[in-house]
Amino acid sequence: MQSLQTITSKFIPLRIENVDTDQIIPARFLKATTKEGFGKNLFRDWRYENDDETQPKADFVLNQPQYSGAILVAAKNFGCGSSREHAAWSILDYGFKVVVSSFFADIFKNNALNNGVLPVTVSDVFLQQIFAQGPNDILSVDLAAQTITIDATGAFETFEINSYKKTCLLNGYDDIDYLLSMREEIAAFEATK
Amino acid sequence: MGNTLFGKIWDKHVVKQIQDGPSVLYIDKHFIHEVTSPQAFTGIEKRGASIFRPAQIVATADHNVPTMDQHLPIADQLSRFQVDTLIDNCAKHGVTLYGLGHPNQGIVHVIGPELGITQPGMTIVCGDSHTSTHGAFGSVAFGIGTSEVEMVFASQCIMQTKPKSMRINIEGVLNPGVVSKDIILYIIAKISASGATGYFVEYAGSAIRALSMEARMTICNMSIEMGARGGLIAPDQTTFDYIQGRMFAPKGADWDRQLAEWKTLYSDADAHFDMEINIDAADIEPMITYGTNPGMGLSVTGSLPTMESFTDATEKQNYEKALKYMGLTAGQSLLGMTVQNVFIGSCTNSRIEDFRLVASIIKGKQKDPAVKTLIVPGSQEVAKQIKQEGLDKIFEAAGIEIRQAGCSACLGMNEDKIPAGEYCVSTSNRNFEGRQGAGARTMLVSPLTAAAALLTGKITDIRTLLN
Ligand code: SF4
Repeated sequence: MQSLQTITSKFIPLRIENVDTDQIIPARFLKATTKEGFGKNLFRDWRYENDDETQPKADFVLNQPQYSGAILVAAKNFGCGSSREHAAWSILDYGFKVVVSSFFADIFKNNALNNGVLPVTVSDVFLQQIFAQGPNDILSVDLAAQTITIDATGAFETFEINSYKKTCLLNGYDDIDYLLSMREEIAAFEATK
Repeated sequence: MGNTLFGKIWDKHVVKQIQDGPSVLYIDKHFIHEVTSPQAFTGIEKRGASIFRPAQIVATADHNVPTMDQHLPIADQLSRFQVDTLIDNCAKHGVTLYGLGHPNQGIVHVIGPELGITQPGMTIVCGDSHTSTHGAFGSVAFGIGTSEVEMVFASQCIMQTKPKSMRINIEGVLNPGVVSKDIILYIIAKISASGATGYFVEYAGSAIRALSMEARMTICNMSIEMGARGGLIAPDQTTFDYIQGRMFAPKGADWDRQLAEWKTLYSDADAHFDMEINIDAADIEPMITYGTNPGMGLSVTGSLPTMESFTDATEKQNYEKALKYMGLTAGQSLLGMTVQNVFIGSCTNSRIEDFRLVASIIKGKQKDPAVKTLIVPGSQEVAKQIKQEGLDKIFEAAGIEIRQAGCSACLGMNEDKIPAGEYCVSTSNRNFEGRQGAGARTMLVSPLTAAAALLTGKITDIRTLLN
């Protein structure tokens, strides 16, 4: 996992609530056995009329060239639905490092964190302030300070993240190595059950 | 102060509490399937580690499998490769696999309980959000991502932050034509698709106590559709009777010992819940969804919300988007609308009791000839039981073919898809855009309401067909 500290970037506004994992990555793209290459199918059915990619939907934000950046900003309840980690992989593979919303579904939040994508929960008011910015405006996310700032206005909010996960992300550590190191302790726990 | 049922099970499984961080939670049973496991197997191999407790893992192939001609090789290459990868991985790592052709094969959340693997007091995970189904037995069961599947491979533990607790009490007696699917659709419509995010839900009250295990599973199954981490129901005599005698149920002295322990699994009278919701069973009518998330539901006789009822601009915009996708108009009623497809299946409603319910409605009648059907048992065992009870004859006489076990049109990873623009009255759990195939329009209902649509080809109030 890559470490993540500060991200200063333009952002892509996705003004849609309840974005479910079937929209993030439709089930027909879940047949892979590796984690790579999911980015091209991110929001597939919102991006293209047909499966052959020849007809991009002009009204969908990922197809509008004025928008770019490593930060995705979405309306509330982002990532609801299935537990497919492919949703987090596709967001990472597309090039996002941060997803901002006023509310995240639980499993998605965990999956994102486990892949080095930072979910930033902001207030509804702050979310609207971000949505009010133009395509060239910049957001700065500072994980160590736990702040997200709209550079143009200087408005900022602090966000929550538990300190264990924060350390993991800052250093690019991963839970699995930690758990592997605990095997003896876990075996001892099993013996007491 | 007393503890909640959820709290009792959780606390007993905490190996270590990380300061200002998650708990290292011990997992008793780990179910896996072909879609969310391959990257976890690769991951653990890359680390040069073995699977810590392979005997606590059970695998099945369900998401990708065809529901016809299962004895033939899977036609879709990618699906076949994924299923083959599971076979290889299980063989290599010593994991029990109930693959295609095995009598124990079926949808992972149907076979676990059916085989008696799912038991009260356990922690159970699977790389699948509907793992909450197993909570019906009084276990802490929830869906995880593939990184977490790898954690369990590595250590039989995962890192989890303890969710908050919620109790939903449903008191009273259900009206005729109302079944457990209607209860959960009613709850989700009431509290929204995100109303329980951050919570683990306990379902309680006399209406829940009166339900069979199958019906309880339907409720716990859809906990995730309101955002909950999971849902559970305290075990009681109904639970114990269901488990006793099943393949992996404890036997003899072991049974007595387990039973004594299971009887301690309930929320203490003075347990504290972070949120409580009370529902009167008599208020619940047969339900149906009209939108593109499971929270967009109403009574089958009701009308869709009007545009004016939305004050928030984003909500209004989202409602318009859902209406456009579904081809519906604000304020309209759904009754009498023509439907082209009926799907009865999925881990929500594909157990024997669901087929009995449907059979009780269609018996001696013919399905509407215009309706296309996908009727899919949840497991080989359910399929066998359908035959043993002669239900297949009732379906056949009604002009309906019964398929072979799998997830099928619940998510359309195999060839069972609903054509774009067509309506599907479905007993599954998700009505998301494109869930049952690109452009498919899903309306979630109970098996009874699905049976009514089978007969009439229309959205019908099942109560008009009951005598
Ligand atoms: S039946 Fe549907 S919801 Fe259930 S496990 Fe299969 S795909 Fe998931």
